[in-house]
Amino acid sequence: MKCGLEIHQQLNTKKLFCNCDSKLSDNVIGEVTRILRPTQSEMGEIDKAALQESIKNRKFKYEITDNSCLVELDEEPPHELNREALEIAIKVALMLNAKIVDEIHIMRKIVIDGSNTSGFQRTALIGVNGYIDTSFGRVNIPTICLEEEAARKIKEDGKLVVYRLDRLGIPLIEISTSPDMKNGDEVKEVAEKIGMILRATKKVRRGAGTIRQDINISTGQGRVEIKGASKLNMIPKWVAEEENRQEMLKNIAEILKRRGAKVEDTIYDLTDVFFNTNSKIIAKEIKRGGRVLGIALRGFNGVLKNKEFRLGKELAGVVKVIGIKGLFHGDELPGYGVSEEEVEKINKILKLENDDSFVIIAAPENKGKTALDIVKERAKISMKGVPGETRAPKDDGTTQYLRPLPGANRMYPETDIPPIRITEEYIEKIRQNLPKMPEERIDDLINMGISKQDAHTIVREGMDDVFEKIVKKYGYPTIVARAITNGCEDIDYELIFKALHEGKFAKEAIDDIVLRACNGENIEKIISGYDTSIDLNEIIEKIVNEKEALIIKRGAAAFKPLMGLVMKELRGKVDGKLVSEKLREKINEKINGNSQS
Amino acid sequence: MDNIEEGDYVEVITDKGTFKGVLLPKPKFSKDEIVIIKLENGYNVGLIPKEVRLIKKKDKKIKAEKAVKLEYSPDIPTISIIGTGGTIASYIDYSTGAVHPALTAEDFLFTMPEISDEANIQSEILFNTLSENMKPEMWIKLARAVKKAAEKSDGIVIPHGTDTMSYTASALSFMFEKLSVPVVLVGSQRSSDRPSSDAYINLHSSVRVAKTDIGEVVVVMHAGSSDDKCYIHRGTRVRKMHTSRRDAFHSVNSKPLGEIALDGNIKFFKEYKKTDESTELRDKMDERVALLYYYPGMPIEIFEGVLEKMHGAIIMGTGLGHVSSEFVNSVKGMVKDGKIIGMTSQCIYGSVNMNVYSTGRELKYAGVIELGDMLPEVAYVKLMWLLGNYNFEEAKNMLKKNIRGEMEDRRFLL
Repeated sequence: MKCGLEIHQQLNTKKLFCNCDSKLSDNVIGEVTRILRPTQSEMGEIDKAALQESIKNRKFKYEITDNSCLVELDEEPPHELNREALEIAIKVALMLNAKIVDEIHIMRKIVIDGSNTSGFQRTALIGVNGYIDTSFGRVNIPTICLEEEAARKIKEDGKLVVYRLDRLGIPLIEISTSPDMKNGDEVKEVAEKIGMILRATKKVRRGAGTIRQDINISTGQGRVEIKGASKLNMIPKWVAEEENRQEMLKNIAEILKRRGAKVEDTIYDLTDVFFNTNSKIIAKEIKRGGRVLGIALRGFNGVLKNKEFRLGKELAGVVKVIGIKGLFHGDELPGYGVSEEEVEKINKILKLENDDSFVIIAAPENKGKTALDIVKERAKISMKGVPGETRAPKDDGTTQYLRPLPGANRMYPETDIPPIRITEEYIEKIRQNLPKMPEERIDDLINMGISKQDAHTIVREGMDDVFEKIVKKYGYPTIVARAITNGCEDIDYELIFKALHEGKFAKEAIDDIVLRACNGENIEKIISGYDTSIDLNEIIEKIVNEKEALIIKRGAAAFKPLMGLVMKELRGKVDGKLVSEKLREKINEKINGNSQS
Repeated sequence: MDNIEEGDYVEVITDKGTFKGVLLPKPKFSKDEIVIIKLENGYNVGLIPKEVRLIKKKDKKIKAEKAVKLEYSPDIPTISIIGTGGTIASYIDYSTGAVHPALTAEDFLFTMPEISDEANIQSEILFNTLSENMKPEMWIKLARAVKKAAEKSDGIVIPHGTDTMSYTASALSFMFEKLSVPVVLVGSQRSSDRPSSDAYINLHSSVRVAKTDIGEVVVVMHAGSSDDKCYIHRGTRVRKMHTSRRDAFHSVNSKPLGEIALDGNIKFFKEYKKTDESTELRDKMDERVALLYYYPGMPIEIFEGVLEKMHGAIIMGTGLGHVSSEFVNSVKGMVKDGKIIGMTSQCIYGSVNMNVYSTGRELKYAGVIELGDMLPEVAYVKLMWLLGNYNFEEAKNMLKKNIRGEMEDRRFLL
């Protein structure tokens, strides 16, 4: 097995080709509706993926947000490439040991699913021939690109797809590795390492959807791309499941070849068979005027669904994307309300023999025919083995068919933006100011007095500069580390530790403050709620008096439960050490006082 | 690099490694030391080469069979397309990125084959020019081509660059006293090599408009930013009002003649002139007419210098129709010398009115002709045409009269 990775990371600058903010927005202030047409290239080639999109003949509605302008609307030519984003991309490329090209040419990559108003995505190759070393060995990184993010899909409703322009144009760094990885753990390690290097620039966007990983997996036949495999911990599982699926498809192909399997062209109308069917799905479809159509799959019996084989799922997958839900095959029938008698009738009409099977689809006639044509194509490919395709990762570790792999990128120059010459002097200047590599930062943090694990977490989250600054100013390394590793990324930790340093609350309160701040409370307000002028003695006195009986009964052992009560009352407003000293004192006084009387 | 030429598959050896790809032509403004190649992955990059080696000569160009077949059908109208250049007619060569013009009807229909179901398409490529390079002699050539095409077709579509499309529309409007077929100018603001181009809808709609009985010169362009309908603008009322938007073309001081939806359904907002039995052309133009934009501080020598050798001028004055009152005497002299001077407004929207302020009254008294709500560019073209085809007195009288829908008496808030 060979695996490759493609990582997309959003940058925290203005947008790549205009001066809009890179953020998501719910402030929709208008909309336009557009149509995209695939353009044929001069050679008359038609891009496979482009064609499938155009079959759908869709309209696109674009929601205009406060952070979009005429550029996102494709109503104004792009401005010059954002220089800050370019500098970050060069930084990342250099940290990945890549060479920077001498002149950057911005390209248009044709994308007609509507996610780009222009019908293409602008992209530029920045760095080449990089690599990263892992515990499994070296992984090559042939290209590092800077490109524009697509619009955000809001909903898809039949032939209308709604996109929002807030995300369109956010700068993205695209890092592609060679297929050098051999297992899921290695893929996970590379993804994590590249992620840490990206965050080391401190200029990447954070939060859900701001970094996306695609995994390419090939076991010698078609290449499968798992798109949007963003959860690091799931990567080994996705890779393993996909390897199994590909092995299964190869085994199925062997069986089909041996049997001399054949996919017949004829589409049969089997609606009459289901005149009085108990299958709710089929009955419903017939009632609203749909038909039950079927095809014969000679030699496919048993591979569609049994203990090891699941080809039926693959066939259902390719038509699910065009909205077909009522697909059944011979290995699962009788079942789903379809009776043995009905299956017998199908066998007879389709003249099926022992090794043969069938697929039926209940749908409006034209749609059903189109769907069965797609099923036939997919069934024919199954006699060869693994088709190249794009799949979506699911939380259970499996994946689901999305679309065929896009053909070779159709790219042509973005003539609206002049090429950018990158001089050696400029590259050198950036090289002199590169951020430290994550490994070095982890060592820095360990030397400041925290555990390796905390240091790793803090660097991975890109919070190392924040940590360092606070600890250098105020100390408390372990407390700062705990706060940052438990807390969220976008609160002002420095403000909290400054207040701690000034004695506005005791360090016991940190967890509470961080939690509340992460829930959106104002930090200054939370802190002002901690009143240090509180009379500690009074509270201890009160509790000791209330629990006198307990103290008399358990003596010094009453300290623990009473400490809990006092701390609860103080809610971290006073340092625990001080409280315990005073409390012991008071308990002793009580014990002694009682014994005296 | 002796025997290496653009399009060859080469190996570029640099300090940064060796790169393989197709050698591309250098854009005009690319730095000298750079070599540009298209890599296998589709990206273009610029490299400083130590050496460039030939790997494989380029293939002889194999032109793909184009899918469009043009067959004549007697059941549908025949539309002539007269190409002039501009964005709508430019196509990109995907291997080199060079933009080149559509040269045949097949080129136009290549990406829009549906059009051939609705009309028999005849085409000729008259010019291939950027519209900023258009000039009066080309308007005349175009008008003659239109007249010829009108004899053998049911409608005429003229793809045109958008920058000066409204000037051309005006010129044709005045030159044709009668039209036996609709004449439709059409452009696009996004080139037709991009999937989002407005060219397809604009061209498709213009062919449909060319099948109507509109006996005028019109411009068909996107009505809004959405791909849902186009406006049909009267040629003497339309102006490009935005540098880049799809809906850049507006009918100024007037409603568009109508709109055409994606399904071809046309809704008219105004009366229009119906097609005539015949086409009559008066195709002379007097190029000694100036269009002059007045600005505060304009030296009188400039004003006089521009007008010196001219037979007439259209001034884009301030507000209701003014230039500095210091110009009044000079204007008076020029009018006395036999120049026709017309006044329009740089406000673009609204009518000039030279009775309201004293400068206006003095200019009018000095002989400046008040041109109502006529667009400055339209007035400029009109004066050229009038001076080319009529005597001085006729020209002077006709300039201030509506002859092709270029002026109206009533303007509305909504």
